[in-house]
Amino acid sequence: MIDTLRLTAEQAAGLLESGELSGDELAGTYVEAIGERDPELHAYLHVVGEPGNGVPIALKDNITTRGVPTTAGSRILEGYVPVFDSTVATRVKEAGLPLIGKTNLDEFAMGSSTENSAYGPSRNPWDPERVPGGSSGGTAAAVAGGLAPWGLGSDTGGSIKQPASLCGLVGLRPTYGTVSRYGIVAFASSLDQVGPITKTVRDCARLYATIAGRDACDSTTVELPEAVAVPDAEDLKGIRIGIPKELNEAEGIEPGVSAAVAKAIELAESLGAEVGECRLPRSVDYGLACYYLVAPAEASSNLARYDGVRYGFRAAGDGDLTALYSRTRWEGFGPEPRRRILIGTYALSAGYYDAFYGQAQKVRTVIAQEHAAAFEDYDLLLSPTSPTVAFKVGDKAENPLAMYLSDLLTIPSNMAGLPGLSIPCGLSEGLPVGLQILGPQFSENLMFRAGHALEQAIAFDFVPERLRA
Amino acid sequence: MPEWEPVIGLEIHVQLKTRTKMFCGCENVSGESENTRTCPVCLAHPGTLPVPNKQAIEWTVKLGVALGCEIASRALFHRKNYFYPDLPKGYQISQYDIPLCAGGKFVVPGPDGDRKIGIVRAHLEEDAAKTIHVGGSGGRIAGAEYSLVDFNRGGTPLVEIVSEPDVHSADEARRFLQLLRQTVVELGISDAEMEKGSLRCDANVSVREAGETDFRTKTELKNMNSFKFVADGIEAEIRRQVEIYEAGGEVVQETLHFDPGSGTIAPLRSKEEAHDYRYFPEPDLVPVEPSVEMIAAAMDDIGELPAARIRRLETEVGFDLAEGLVSSGRDRLYERVSGDRRAVANVVMNQLAATGVDPEAVNGTELAKLIAERERIPRAAFTEALERSGDPGFSADDYLGETAISDASELDPVIDKVLAENQAQVETFRAGKEGVLGFLVGQVMKETGGKADARVVNERLREKISS
Repeated sequence: MIDTLRLTAEQAAGLLESGELSGDELAGTYVEAIGERDPELHAYLHVVGEPGNGVPIALKDNITTRGVPTTAGSRILEGYVPVFDSTVATRVKEAGLPLIGKTNLDEFAMGSSTENSAYGPSRNPWDPERVPGGSSGGTAAAVAGGLAPWGLGSDTGGSIKQPASLCGLVGLRPTYGTVSRYGIVAFASSLDQVGPITKTVRDCARLYATIAGRDACDSTTVELPEAVAVPDAEDLKGIRIGIPKELNEAEGIEPGVSAAVAKAIELAESLGAEVGECRLPRSVDYGLACYYLVAPAEASSNLARYDGVRYGFRAAGDGDLTALYSRTRWEGFGPEPRRRILIGTYALSAGYYDAFYGQAQKVRTVIAQEHAAAFEDYDLLLSPTSPTVAFKVGDKAENPLAMYLSDLLTIPSNMAGLPGLSIPCGLSEGLPVGLQILGPQFSENLMFRAGHALEQAIAFDFVPERLRA
Repeated sequence: MPEWEPVIGLEIHVQLKTRTKMFCGCENVSGESENTRTCPVCLAHPGTLPVPNKQAIEWTVKLGVALGCEIASRALFHRKNYFYPDLPKGYQISQYDIPLCAGGKFVVPGPDGDRKIGIVRAHLEEDAAKTIHVGGSGGRIAGAEYSLVDFNRGGTPLVEIVSEPDVHSADEARRFLQLLRQTVVELGISDAEMEKGSLRCDANVSVREAGETDFRTKTELKNMNSFKFVADGIEAEIRRQVEIYEAGGEVVQETLHFDPGSGTIAPLRSKEEAHDYRYFPEPDLVPVEPSVEMIAAAMDDIGELPAARIRRLETEVGFDLAEGLVSSGRDRLYERVSGDRRAVANVVMNQLAATGVDPEAVNGTELAKLIAERERIPRAAFTEALERSGDPGFSADDYLGETAISDASELDPVIDKVLAENQAQVETFRAGKEGVLGFLVGQVMKETGGKADARVVNERLREKISS
């Protein structure tokens, strides 16, 4: 009997290669596990259970899949069945990875807990009273709960790194431009990026290698400067690691989180890294505010296409064109997209553009410069991924500002277009803590190498304690 | 009464005839069944992204060079946000503060010298889809029962050319537009047919008293889908504004619709009401950086421009014929036909144009022969020959065998009859208006079934009237 809670994608591939298990058997095992545990976790919005010979995969439901509903967690896309595949779905398909299903998310990826999903929240496999993080919380809950060996999420302000952290998993937000956004339901185009959520760093590197690279359908993509290397080194010799003071000492970081991260930093030093302190003052002071202008502004424009004219939800009732638009959008969008559309529309309005959107873009340049300066002295930076461990369902749902602070530590590097890897580094109050590893553009291979070495040294058990056999 | 000076700026939209649409792979054609040239990208399905059409960028650069514009080294696409069913994304990808082409000058030769019309900018964008309002009046959305959208046109590459307010009469506006159209057609980048909407023109019109340096309130005139309507519409709007000022009123800034049927102007109530378009740089696209090679290729590719050709031909045939030939594109045939320049120009511009024969299909050598002999052969034969001149294998010789009646004794009785029947015209001629002679020649031709020798008829008419 296969323990899907423990099986890594790499191990699953081994079983398939050796013929110990057929692809259909493997896929069937996950579908069974979903039947058993998904009623509690609600990781999936649509279970497909595609047969095939490869390691099955879960895709966040904002990743367009031909013939399979893609709702982005919104009522406004209820019943929408795409007629085309996103580029990442195509690449996953070409790599022979059958689709297990589409996972839950905060509506249009706007949120940090999946509580903003129009279809109800997902639950954290470590404690079902708690959120799995978000917005890629469905993928994280599926992988941590043994309902998928690996999966893809998307990250705009921290939507891969933060749920990976809260569920004790590895999550990569890749360098902006390395993974195609074609077919990813757009939230904030200049920030959105698809990436893997996995149990190990090696799985993460393998899945990243599958999806990354230039795509003619996305003008903002580039060819990778070097091939993805699956890591195996177990030391950190020669790597200079910076500890950004502001990312590690920010208000609101739980003591248990700080303690686990501090231990990981000590381990890094013992593995041969040169560790030193560095500063990112303006990035942390202004990052969140800047993000909450840029992302909503782009969202207000990206979400304009949901007008009830061509596809998806259309409100019933008579009236003129304006009535059709306003009723469809009022009934179709939940409170968080509505809030961000309003903020974004305001930020782009005549007379406010320079003060808000224009200014935010300038601050973004400053944030990028500040990070670039840090990377002159250091190869990688370390910090907590999330200031807290998984919080309880309902705790922050009514307080958007408290929810926004979940992404305080992931947002600054995202604003600079930089990659970030979150790996589990221990427990606090019995819940996983994530370590954020940041690097310069295109430094994924170095991040994988460091992440793998630390992972081996930390020896975190990614199976939720309550589910261990 | 003060003298009023019209101040006119034009905004011209040109659909590019690229093989595919601006940001997707759909075929760029018109006239196909509704919604058969669409894809997830031009229907704005979730997650789709634009990929710019390289040919459209090259052609816009080429047009920019022909308009004497500065080509941006790093141009940006912006999103122009507004809600309308013809705009599936809820925004149009257009250009805003850094267009591909800016700061040009377009030379419009006139009878009294060159007029230089400043070009503010020429930018690239995507066309909207077509809405069809069913029920209600006049195909307008107001009062319609429902509306249909045809997305075939949505996403067609569109260049918007904005002129400085350097145009000072309706006639000048028409000339500028005609010459611009000819330029675009010759560059091979658009069919530029106003009737089909592949060339569209809006005009910003104001008037001021001669000598004033400030601009007064302008209005925007839309929906003028022929050169004549552009001239008529602007003329009517100038009159309207002058009347308002002379009655002590004020012109209100608004968008107006010209109804060519009644010649009247009415405010346009539509999506064009005041909008905040919330422009911001399109994050799905990277800046466009036309290479030095692309600009050099555009320069090499541009032949002698129409304005220069008008000035060159003017020395041969006078301004009016030169402008007519060039702005209709008939000068290419004219240049292929040897012989008396004015005679060739007249035939190409008038008699041949009347036949509807495609000038490009005409064999220049044969036409030259025909024109050289045109006065010796019967007019009917000449006309028939012109009608056939575009046929493959056309030979002028087939028509040169017939000889016109040049014998005075045969023509005189007819000429006498015509003179007797048209005393009024004879008096007019005697009063110095010699143009009337053509009418009399025509009458003689009619009487002889087109067989009279026009040159002899001319001579005899003059002799008889003056004797």
